[in-house]
Amino acid sequence: MTPTIAILLIITFVLSTVGLLLLIWSIANNQFSHGQAAARTIFSPGEEGHSEDPARPSDPTFTGNTSEQAAAIEARWTADQSSRTAVLTWLSSSVFWLLLGSFFGLASSMKMHLPDFLTASEFLTFGRIRPVHLNAVTYGWASMAGIGVALFLIPRLFKTSLAGGKYAVLGGFIWNIGLVLGLSAITLGLSDGEEWLEFPWQIDILFVIGGALCAIPLLLTAANRKVEHLYVTSWYLMAALVWFPFLFLIANLPFAFPGASGATVNWWFAHNVLGLWVTPIGIGIAYYMIPKILGKPIISYQLSLIGFWSLALFYSQVGIHHLIGGPIPTWLVTLSIVHSVMMSIPVITVAINHHGTMMGSFGRLKDSPTLRFVWIGALMYTVASLQGSMEALRSINVITHFTHYTVAHAHLGMYAFLSFILFGAVYFIMPRLTNWEWPWRKLISLHFWLVSIGILIYVVSLTIAGWKQGVALLDAAMPFMDIVKMTLPALQARTVGGALMTLGHLVFAFHFIAMLMRSGAATEQPTLFRPATKENAQ
Amino acid sequence: MKRALAIMVGAALILLLATLTLVVMPYLQMSAEQVPPDLKPYTEQQQRGRQVYIANGCVYCHSQQPRDPSFAPGDKARGWGRPSVPGDYAYDEPHLLGTMRTGPDLFNIGARQPSIDWQLMHLYNPRAIIKGSIMPSYPFLFRHVNEPAEGDKVVNIPPPYGPETGKIVATEDALALAEYMLALDHTYPAPTLPKAQPKSDEPKENRAP
Ligand code: HEM
Ligand code: HEM
Repeated sequence: MTPTIAILLIITFVLSTVGLLLLIWSIANNQFSHGQAAARTIFSPGEEGHSEDPARPSDPTFTGNTSEQAAAIEARWTADQSSRTAVLTWLSSSVFWLLLGSFFGLASSMKMHLPDFLTASEFLTFGRIRPVHLNAVTYGWASMAGIGVALFLIPRLFKTSLAGGKYAVLGGFIWNIGLVLGLSAITLGLSDGEEWLEFPWQIDILFVIGGALCAIPLLLTAANRKVEHLYVTSWYLMAALVWFPFLFLIANLPFAFPGASGATVNWWFAHNVLGLWVTPIGIGIAYYMIPKILGKPIISYQLSLIGFWSLALFYSQVGIHHLIGGPIPTWLVTLSIVHSVMMSIPVITVAINHHGTMMGSFGRLKDSPTLRFVWIGALMYTVASLQGSMEALRSINVITHFTHYTVAHAHLGMYAFLSFILFGAVYFIMPRLTNWEWPWRKLISLHFWLVSIGILIYVVSLTIAGWKQGVALLDAAMPFMDIVKMTLPALQARTVGGALMTLGHLVFAFHFIAMLMRSGAATEQPTLFRPATKENAQ
Repeated sequence: MKRALAIMVGAALILLLATLTLVVMPYLQMSAEQVPPDLKPYTEQQQRGRQVYIANGCVYCHSQQPRDPSFAPGDKARGWGRPSVPGDYAYDEPHLLGTMRTGPDLFNIGARQPSIDWQLMHLYNPRAIIKGSIMPSYPFLFRHVNEPAEGDKVVNIPPPYGPETGKIVATEDALALAEYMLALDHTYPAPTLPKAQPKSDEPKENRAP
């Protein structure tokens, strides 16, 4: 390590820490004039204490006691309707990509224990369908659903109608074209060759344009906003929408970063897609849904701000923990490991807020589909992140790095955390856009149990097998082929878990389409897991 | 609007700082790194093979980055080679370091399996050579002919993995990929290994059985 780099390194670390301390100091001294008041901005006047979703017959949906309160609820309904076309465009596309991605995931999984399955065609070889899976679920499902939910939440958070929604619709079309072209390119063998960046860079331009078109309604709506405080969810959403185009543009600069430095840019990007794109979207949604359904504000607004800025400071520098032990300068790896461990600060502050707000209300998990999906997602965020901080330590990473353990962690994060929160959000949003309730309570239940059991099998089997694989790889006395044989049962179990998840997605997609077509009987009551009264049972 | 803008600008600045430390500084440091004198640039054919490797996603199961034996003893002991240094990748664009070892590391596969016939047979059907391998077979990189033409590279597949009649010949892509495999030979000494690395007492040749 050259001395100048050491000094720069120390400076950046000190900067990060000083920035955090300043923030804590300013909050402690109430430099930001908003305390808990800001946490209440998500409720309309008088709504606090009432659950928005679901409502029990004994605790009906709040419609306002005074004319002023009723007007606020009416205004929110108008705000919801304003984003309708844009949100439905993004959400419907995302559900399609989820299905496609699931089938490619399942086929990839099968190929890992049935190596002669579908090998005749080059278009279906493992090394092509696996990146199709990753890109379809990341840029198709997670990103499109995330943007769709963000488009729904922005007018609600700013208490005004969505302005410029048509730009978002256009953006959605361009994004979909990008996906079709990008996934076809991978299938045809035209991948750019780096994980998470497989789409040829010429096609990536479409994603930058599509994403930028979504920033227009965000900015226009922010300019029109009718609330003084910006609720923490909007912090996360705004930041994510700023970060993504920036990241995607730099990482895709063609031919700028050859050799080993290309690997650092690759993983700087890949982790930022997780940390600065899908994670803030997921956390932001949970920050909205949990208090809204419970009808009570999050317990500490100050903590949520520390959580936000420390996430930005630390998560942006963790990427190189994907290259521990690789041909990369030691200082760089150490920097990322230190920041990975520091990530426990934002993770714990978010956990205190999410789970602390739930305290005393866990009974609500029994009936509210949204709350159940979102809170389990939030819990898995805590678990996956604390696991990640450990996994970044050299002593642990030396075992887990090149193994199925990483894949289990990846699905714990992308699926049990993020996808669960997105499922919950879709269950919340759709009735408000279509003015129709989910037709079949049992299908929501079925979806929940299929994906929950599926992901449990997936993560548990690969975590155990991956760990054993990692330990064995370190000891050359165990022949490589014996290790492969040892992991086979877990790879088969993954196919079983993945099949359950895929089935769950089919159920979800069917129900989603039924919502779009307003199938089933008209009901006044929200669809809960448990019918509150006999008549509601369907 | 002011506060919303402040958040967005703040967020962008933080990312800029991270870009400086995680993208710009490593780039400056690593591109100044010495290229090992014994490292040969890829030939046109090897480069084509590299593209076949990318197109068919070999990187999702194979790494090309042995770790330091003082950190992860298994890598060197399995014959995967000395720890790699940034200079070893001077001609790699894009990098293919990989983060998965569903299959073994390939940084020195050219030294471990220097026979092109082995490589081709293995690509046609890995199980023809290694019992129980879970690597996919790549029949689409080969042609099945009745009579090989002049200049065709015939690959002799042991039964029962080959066709009942006729011959299997390698396509240009298969030959290029196999040549790329043979080019993955980094057994030369690395000039810039970290100092802590004990260099002298290890035999230079460390080939797998
Ligand atoms: C504090 C938070 C976290 C830390 C410190 C962390 C750390 C890590 C580490 C050390 C790896 C393994 C890299 C390797 O050995 O190759 C990893 C992989 C991964 N993590 Fe996390 N993680 C965190 C949270 C998350 C979350 C919340 C998600 C999902 C949204 C996530 C998704 C992933 C994925 C997808 C991979 C696999 C990447 C790949 O190999 O393609 N992580 N993480
Ligand atoms: C429907 C069930 C699913 C199955 C059967 C499945 C299966 C797989 C398989 C076989 C791989 C390749 C692992 C390897 O190369 O060793 C993979 C990778 C991955 N999948 Fe899935 N998957 C499913 C759903 C999802 C979903 C919904 C998401 C995201 C929202 C997701 C995100 C990922 C990611 C990020 C990776 C890369 C992991 C890494 O590089 O470490 N998967 N999946």
